[in-house]
Amino acid sequence: MSQFEVVQTGASAPGGPPVTQKNLPHRGGEANPSAKALQDKFRSAVTRVEVIWGETIVYVDPTAVHEAIRWLHNDPSQRYDFLSDVTAVEYRDAEIPIEVVWHLRSLPFRRFLRIKSQLEKGAPLEIDSVYDIYRAADWLERECYDMFGIRFVGHPDLRRLLMWESYKEGYPLRKDFPLRGRFSRSEQLRQALAQNPEARYSMEELTIADAFAELPEDMRERLNKGERTGE
Amino acid sequence: MGLTAPAEHRTVEYVPESQEGWAVTRLDFLVNWARANSLWPMPFGTACCAIEFMATAASDFDLARFGMERMSYSPRQADVLICAGRVPFKLAPIIRRIWQQMPQPKWCISMGACASTGGMFDNYAVVQGIDTIIPVDVYVPGCPPRPEGLIYGIRMLQEKVKNERMSDTRIRDEIEPDPSSQFYIPPSVIDELGEPFGNSVNQTRSGL
Repeated sequence: MSQFEVVQTGASAPGGPPVTQKNLPHRGGEANPSAKALQDKFRSAVTRVEVIWGETIVYVDPTAVHEAIRWLHNDPSQRYDFLSDVTAVEYRDAEIPIEVVWHLRSLPFRRFLRIKSQLEKGAPLEIDSVYDIYRAADWLERECYDMFGIRFVGHPDLRRLLMWESYKEGYPLRKDFPLRGRFSRSEQLRQALAQNPEARYSMEELTIADAFAELPEDMRERLNKGERTGE
Repeated sequence: MGLTAPAEHRTVEYVPESQEGWAVTRLDFLVNWARANSLWPMPFGTACCAIEFMATAASDFDLARFGMERMSYSPRQADVLICAGRVPFKLAPIIRRIWQQMPQPKWCISMGACASTGGMFDNYAVVQGIDTIIPVDVYVPGCPPRPEGLIYGIRMLQEKVKNERMSDTRIRDEIEPDPSSQFYIPPSVIDELGEPFGNSVNQTRSGL
């Protein structure tokens, strides 16, 4: 497959114009053919395949999920070339594990596939990053780490994305996180005002942007020492 | 130019026909008259209130009628900080710094429910009222306020500016935050301002 091959999508794609399916059953129905291909290829690593409202969900073992996504991306019969989202789901029931979800889209074959991987709550929440396959995973995984505390192994710059870096209250979208946060309002504000808003960027971002040379001398020194936010 | 002071100021009357070319007035009345009619806003728009603020500045409601058509995107040339929208904790040091960069005289309008109180966002991420970070002169209620509401708030601020007196020595004092905590009001007041009200007390549930 050439890297610069023109992909015909939309109404000009080989299958004709896209059709919106109607009267889909809640469960069951025709699965995405990629699910069967995944089962044939990875066998026991694929634990379950579900079709809900016409969308195919494939549950993959956490140890095999990186390999499965790489295969889906590279194999000429699959060509999932677009990563829509990386997120996670935690259920209120403590016994149900946390699910990490990848939304993949194949533009040439006009397919949509949802990969889920279950992480037990007792163990450290770690899973392989797909940054080396999709660059789009950079901020998606950072957000997922920020909100759920899932560590993506292999991510080059896994920092908080939405909350500031010295945020100490935990992971806000976890079910055991109180809605107002763990600290009092004055303590939250004290910690927020102690941030250094200038030092929000990583060394990589600053060197790429050529902004590093224009920073004040003392700030460059602080950044060279590895400091990112005040406090 | 016909200068006429409000009745309670007692003094100024200038008859253009007299051709005499002088006027007598109180200096603070003249200064306040100039300041109140050329307030340059520093728009700090973070959410949907900013859309209403844009509508206020656009031709239908025409903020230029009040001498405010010049949006000052540099805080160093701004007179009034209009905070339009919710302020998350991550923005707290930024709005504090913008306020400190503005030269005196300066005023602040808190536009909308979220900027004034945190509004519906009684959660871990949103500041419960920007008056915990910077002093606020006028609060405009609404979610978001209509342009008429913002204009009413601006008129109130103009009234406040016109009633300032030079004899009040503390009126131009900068806030001096506590060096360790960066608060300018006691932490107990901040906790009290962050208390839930109405039926939102039910949101304190947590855990599984």
